Amino acid sequence: MECIEQANQRAVDTMLAGDPVLVDVIPAVDAIPELAEDKLILHAGPPIEWERMCGPMQGAIAGIAVFEGWAQNLNDAMSQAAAGAFNFQPNHHYNAVGPMTGMTTRSVPVMVALNRSSGNSAYCAINEGLGKVMRFGGNDESVLKRLHWLKDSLAPLMSDALKLSGGINLKNIVARGLTMGDEMHQRNVACSGLLLRELSPYMAAVSTSKELLTGSLKFMGGNDQFFLNVGMAAGKAIMDPARNIEHSTIVTAMSRNGTDFGIRVSGLGDTWFTAPVEMPEGLYFPGYSEDDANPDMGDSTIVETIGLGGFAMGASPAVAGFVGAGAASDAAIFTKDMSEICYSQNPEWTIPAMDYIGVPTGIDIRRVVEIGVTPTINTGIAHKKPGIGQVGAGVVRAPMQCFTDALHAFADQEGVS
Amino acid sequence: MEKSRLDSDAEMLFEQPLDILTIGLDGFADDLSKLEVAVTQLDWRPPADGDPVLADLLSKLGS
Repeated sequence: MECIEQANQRAVDTMLAGDPVLVDVIPAVDAIPELAEDKLILHAGPPIEWERMCGPMQGAIAGIAVFEGWAQNLNDAMSQAAAGAFNFQPNHHYNAVGPMTGMTTRSVPVMVALNRSSGNSAYCAINEGLGKVMRFGGNDESVLKRLHWLKDSLAPLMSDALKLSGGINLKNIVARGLTMGDEMHQRNVACSGLLLRELSPYMAAVSTSKELLTGSLKFMGGNDQFFLNVGMAAGKAIMDPARNIEHSTIVTAMSRNGTDFGIRVSGLGDTWFTAPVEMPEGLYFPGYSEDDANPDMGDSTIVETIGLGGFAMGASPAVAGFVGAGAASDAAIFTKDMSEICYSQNPEWTIPAMDYIGVPTGIDIRRVVEIGVTPTINTGIAHKKPGIGQVGAGVVRAPMQCFTDALHAFADQEGVS
Repeated sequence: MEKSRLDSDAEMLFEQPLDILTIGLDGFADDLSKLEVAVTQLDWRPPADGDPVLADLLSKLGS
């Protein structure tokens, strides 16, 4: 099937040519005009209705409804959601992504990653930090207060600084982060520092308030995962131009809503192939155990889709221990396994400890089904009850059913039986 | 009766140290290891975990 090989080469070439630059932070409604209508709430993962949403997702929706002023309190928000007052849609349908619950509504500030190669943009909210945060279903006063500060204080400052900077080249930051021990999903300490190093002079230049500047630098510098959301926006900006390439078997999105895991395949348009999401295996914060854990969740698997996260574990032996994936010496095995299911490697994103091999790039559903190895994902673990937040970190596999279903659909489309 | 060439080759094979490659059940390699024979187990599974329908599709789709 030469046409498949040509199509896959085109998809991977498009990915490798991707050139994401962080250019702005704007209200989500300015990026996604549809958010002005119908109390639209964008969430992580494939489409899902309120009744099937997990606890953290429902908790986050209640919180974001209060944040937007659509509900007087969390109970009111829950009642309205159950009564159908809100319109739920996936981030992925609007050029956006969001970690864990992935809440995006009209007032949420989103970072803009412009892919200079293809001209498209992708969006992701600002990372809130660890612990009790909305992306893990947190929704109390402290969570909402932080969201308001992000919207009213940090976002405008970042926007002005980014405009003055002319944009921050994200491909370079990722390349350097890989050489400094990041895999860009559960370890972003290097990339967060590199981003801050590039952006902080411009923040200082545009800020008119010493208090705001101090608070902003402290917030960004104190959050090792600040770059996660930036990398996700970059990932979405890289992957979207590789969508809808006829005859291609390359995966263009992997995502989870806490109930279902879904994938999209380039040659199969925007159809989601879903299966029940799996439970991460990992390590828990003191006082918590797997009995408290919610199944896997979030759009953050876009970083694995571009060859980072679990695919780049070999660059990040430290993260192998953090997510309970084994010894540091095991980290390279994950990357080697993922190379088996990918079409190519990325020559610009290399792993020094593995003799500078490129990160595995372009998940081919044929390879996944043939050798029976599914993508490895490094992930945070949310408490299964709404409002509590993160309780650990671990590793989870994409369900094989997504790939076998996609392969059957692809064969039908190609007229192969 | 004269020995066939195959028989002669087989005798020669077992007169020298063996390095054995096994494919399939781990037990093949385990038994040889217990006999202190050098053995390498190839990490191999049938395509699509042995599902004949998926394996057929994969072959037609060029995988």
